[in-house]
Amino acid sequence: MTAGQVPAPGPAPTRSWTASLRTRITGVLPPGQALPDRQPAYVASWIYVFGVLSLAALVVVIGTGLVLSMGGVAWWHDSSLGHFVNSLHLWSVEIFFAAMVIHLWGKFWMAAWRGKRGLTWVTGVVAFVTSIGTAFTGYLSQSNFDSQWIGSEGKDGINSLGAGAWFNVLNPGQMLMWHIVLLPLAVGFIVVVHVVLVRRHGVVPPLDAAEPGAPVSRTEAD
Amino acid sequence: MAVHDSAALAAGHYIDWGVISISVTNAAIIGLMVVVFVLALLLPFPRPREERQQVEEEQR
Repeated sequence: MTAGQVPAPGPAPTRSWTASLRTRITGVLPPGQALPDRQPAYVASWIYVFGVLSLAALVVVIGTGLVLSMGGVAWWHDSSLGHFVNSLHLWSVEIFFAAMVIHLWGKFWMAAWRGKRGLTWVTGVVAFVTSIGTAFTGYLSQSNFDSQWIGSEGKDGINSLGAGAWFNVLNPGQMLMWHIVLLPLAVGFIVVVHVVLVRRHGVVPPLDAAEPGAPVSRTEAD
Repeated sequence: MAVHDSAALAAGHYIDWGVISISVTNAAIIGLMVVVFVLALLLPFPRPREERQQVEEEQR
């Protein structure tokens, strides 16, 4: 190569872990698919709103949970501000679950596992089940008579599963740690995987609509 | 006994139907969710402004 010549663009060295990770990430979710600015026409329906409504409620749940964790366990009993944040936490959880269940109904009747979306469906189910566990440990962390009642009623159920030695619902400290550390991490991780899969495969079309990019059948073409 | 009665009253009202027992509050919330689900299927979704303008121009 003589002076002034621009080197020909060749394949980048793939030995480095950053290059291979980048290739892998862009392979899973190409940049245009991560944050699209246009959606197919059938997405203009209220039934497609409940997934993102669940996400919005989850953001409020996590935000208010972070504030509550700074105030400590007694804060929501002896402070009006703490009580207010606790109420925001509770009601955002209520909206989160209501939106998630309506999202589930919508996706079930759309058979949303079609078009290689089986893993998207499964991660949604796992997110739902993990959220129930997180909510359960939240009820056990209220530090009132209600949480004592739920703990004493729930212990037999957990013991019958053989998990009582590791998941003791009568231990408020252990339940609080599950509620504010372990289960939120699990919910956050599975929700991120779910959203990445939705972006990768696109939102599911209604049963009578064609998949975007699918070849037009002969009868439709005629 | 009186404590039991007051605790039972504080627990709210329940609908009992065979093996199914559900509080009126929970039944009302589920009913409301079904209403929201049906409305989400039936109500028209607002179109973006550009799209509305385009439709209006086409109609002229």
